[in-house]
Amino acid sequence: MGGFEIILDGFARALQILSSGDQEILGITLLSLRVSLTATLLGAAFGIPLGFLIARKDFHGRSVVTTIINTLMGLPPVVVGLVVYLFLSASGPLGFLSLLYTPEAMILAQMILTFPIVCGITISSILSLSPKLKETLASLSAPPSWEAMVLLNESRLGLITALIAAFGAAISEVGAIMMVGGNLLGYTRALTTAIMLYTNMGEFATAIALGIILLLIAFGVNLFLTYLQMRSRVRRTT
Amino acid sequence: MSFLECRSVSKVYDEKRALRDVSFRIESGDLLSVVGPSGSGKTTLLRIIDGLEKADSGEIILKGKKISDEPSPHRRMIGMVFQNSVLFNTTVFNNVAYSLRFRGDEAIKKKVDEMLKLLRLYDLRARSALTLSGGEAQRVALARALVYDPDLLLLDEPTANLDPYNVSIIEEVLQRSNREHGTTVIIVTHNIFQAKRLAKNVAFLLEGELVEFGNSSAFFESPRDPRTLSFIRGEMVC
Repeated sequence: MGGFEIILDGFARALQILSSGDQEILGITLLSLRVSLTATLLGAAFGIPLGFLIARKDFHGRSVVTTIINTLMGLPPVVVGLVVYLFLSASGPLGFLSLLYTPEAMILAQMILTFPIVCGITISSILSLSPKLKETLASLSAPPSWEAMVLLNESRLGLITALIAAFGAAISEVGAIMMVGGNLLGYTRALTTAIMLYTNMGEFATAIALGIILLLIAFGVNLFLTYLQMRSRVRRTT
Repeated sequence: MSFLECRSVSKVYDEKRALRDVSFRIESGDLLSVVGPSGSGKTTLLRIIDGLEKADSGEIILKGKKISDEPSPHRRMIGMVFQNSVLFNTTVFNNVAYSLRFRGDEAIKKKVDEMLKLLRLYDLRARSALTLSGGEAQRVALARALVYDPDLLLLDEPTANLDPYNVSIIEEVLQRSNREHGTTVIIVTHNIFQAKRLAKNVAFLLEGELVEFGNSSAFFESPRDPRTLSFIRGEMVC
């Protein structure tokens, strides 16, 4: 069977899986969603406040810290997987938590990947706001928490972009969750690790079917986030 | 005790002297117009009074309290409208309500609606502030600065580039606020006719130096300094 036929076969298999409601594939899909969405939200929970602080506080070494965060935006997933693996392994400093080969370990690894993405984009979004906006807030004597609320609201386009980029990085990565999750069927097998497994087994049609499901999920989540982004942009320009 | 006193205020930017030993005092309920050609230090003076910039030397004393060193607790008594005001990316109502909310005001809707009616913005209250024309936006900025009833209102060229309709509304509200609420107003303008229409007192700045300060009729009818006369006659390039 040629490459093109395999792809067509993959589409047919994807339709078959989607219509049949295969429990195994459904479980894999749900786990992928749970892990990547949780990791993105946790990355945002830490990344947005830290990014805001870095952008707002004029401290010595800010440009160095920003450069480090920007560099970490391109962290190789396998390196993150390796470090998390070493920390969580029985002899590692966090071995007592017994998290290795659990979905929680996968979330932790993906959170480490999403955090610098959200943080870096937050920094640039806040820094790119008009200095006049900050002066206006100062002139109104806005307390810091109210000032933060306005500044974050004004940079919401950038923050949604950060979430889109972070979720995209999380849902599509395979190296980190393979290392710390172990690809255990029914427990830690996610879409990307399953694609790798089926490809290695020569079951290309199933792998392609899973790839299509992965793309559909990414499309669905990004459709929602892009809708929020466009809504924000339309308000700005109409 | 004067309401506001500027004592020997000086400021230098990049070796260019923006303000040179400027001293004057105004009483509560005054409407002072600061006039002068471009680059004469008018905006710098306003920004120093508002605490957005620090004077290199000299003092600003508001109601007997020195605000030039620690301006933040006293800023709440001051409202400011910039030349090109920045509005928040939300509705007109929310823009005006913002400073009342963090001040814990209990009659927000009533006060905001009154202010919007006064500035003929009530029908636009649900509109996104970013969709307004320049004149409407400037009226929203004035509403935002007046709604918390500041003791001192600072305006930096608030009607520059606006059409006569918007200029007349803004001038009418300024005069009414000054007359009925006793709001002390300092308006920076290079429009000599506007200064004549509005001001009780006029200050003339030239190259950072306070050339003349006095009540409006004396200033326009019998200026003491020949440079003031030259400015009034329009012989000076603005």
